[in-house]
Amino acid sequence: MTELIDNASSSESPIMTETAPPAISAGDGPLKMTTRNVDVFYGEKQAINGVSIDVTMDNVTAFIGPSGCGKSTFLRCLNRMNDTIPIAKVSGEITLEGEDIYAPSMDVVQLRARVGMVFQKPNPFPKSIYDNIAYGPRIHGLASTKDELDNIVETSLQRAGLWGEVSDRLQDSGTALSGGQQQRLCIARAIAVDPEVILMDEPCSALDPIATAKIEELIHELRGKYAIVIVTHNMQQAARVSQRTAFFHLGTLVEYGVTSDIFTNPTQEKTRDYITGRYG
Amino acid sequence: MANTGTEHTVKAFDTDINELRGMVAEIGGRSEQAIAKAMRALEKHDLELAAEVVAEDKLIDELEKRIDELTFQTIALRAPMADDLRELIATFKISGVVERIGDYAKNIAKRVPVIAGTHKLGPASLLPSMSNIASELVRDSLEAFARRDADLALEVSERDQIVDDFYTSIFRSVITYMIENPKDIGEAAHLLFIAKNLERIGDHATNVAEMVYFAARGEPMPERDRGENPTDLLEEPSNGR
Repeated sequence: MTELIDNASSSESPIMTETAPPAISAGDGPLKMTTRNVDVFYGEKQAINGVSIDVTMDNVTAFIGPSGCGKSTFLRCLNRMNDTIPIAKVSGEITLEGEDIYAPSMDVVQLRARVGMVFQKPNPFPKSIYDNIAYGPRIHGLASTKDELDNIVETSLQRAGLWGEVSDRLQDSGTALSGGQQQRLCIARAIAVDPEVILMDEPCSALDPIATAKIEELIHELRGKYAIVIVTHNMQQAARVSQRTAFFHLGTLVEYGVTSDIFTNPTQEKTRDYITGRYG
Repeated sequence: MANTGTEHTVKAFDTDINELRGMVAEIGGRSEQAIAKAMRALEKHDLELAAEVVAEDKLIDELEKRIDELTFQTIALRAPMADDLRELIATFKISGVVERIGDYAKNIAKRVPVIAGTHKLGPASLLPSMSNIASELVRDSLEAFARRDADLALEVSERDQIVDDFYTSIFRSVITYMIENPKDIGEAAHLLFIAKNLERIGDHATNVAEMVYFAARGEPMPERDRGENPTDLLEEPSNGR
């Protein structure tokens, strides 16, 4: 929480007030989430300025940008994680399947099941591997029998590419796994409640290259089953795993487009300076 | 988004890019010089100069190797993006193309001993002018690379038509000359190959220009209209055309 606020207030330049580029149309796949003119304030400080982006079902969407640019803040708006920060105020429109997620009638717990999240540092519960996965389905009432629950646990671990490594030790503690396995356990935990969207906030930044490659492979496999939005500092990773990339700078969406275009021929000078290593 | 010349945060990246650009300028300069020397050797029937061109081609080959190595290394270490990536890929391809230009010059030089001075053969009178234009194209395409100038690159590609037209014209007159002077067919054939080499040099300069254009603009160079194709001259017109 503090980190977010610090990041947002550490930028020395004023927030840009230029009009945000229009959201790109979905084009190739059903629209899952839309955002229009989203502003986020932390107290007096504006962290996000008029961002409009469409998230589609068939594409992995990557958010890139320097520290403090607002990409994580914006990601957290998509499942109302910013609600937990008292001084954060979000305005504009964010919809999931056409439904306003900030409407008073929206059940936030339900929303976070539909829009799951995986964090920078793997954060398994201090419980068994089995219980880590079973927790969500239990509280959301997704399984009525032990067999059904077993089935959800197995399917989720399989989808997260972890089943083969843990199937014979489901009662071991989740925290005893390696970092990469823990992160896949967290992805399995998000999958277990059958979400529509998975948000990943720098999911590989604490992992070694092999564990990172496994997560990237997993993202490829999950693409199409869930709408995926990933925040990453690693530009090569954004280029590898995503089909759409959004570049944020000082709270503004500078450029949003097809990933291969952004990385080979960006249209904005700021994007180009950032991705070619000329920023700052 | 084109290169605006601002520096990278990692200075060593700029050092590598500048070194590569320097080597491309050098290989370009050497190739251009090789064409000029080969043509002078041809005109003066200077066997020594021709041998020099052949020997110096090794330097061009060596430069190509060094450019390729440093490009590989830079791509591997810096993981370039956007215009940096385009420029490094262009550099890699340009070094190969310019090396081929050097080979064509060497090939012209190798033919010098078997041609007894171009002045004897009428159709050869056009060769020096053709070679001047081909050399200009090489120089300007590399100038376009040095300046990251897409407009100059486009102009080079358009001017290649002049070289093509020269070739078509020489092709016609050499064929006529061969028919009229069957005893000189051997020498005339060599002249034809020299003209073809110059025509290929023009094409290669256009290839360089296309890569410069792509590196600068991030999109392929628009296609230009091709002129008359000399091979059409040998074909019977087909029915219905």
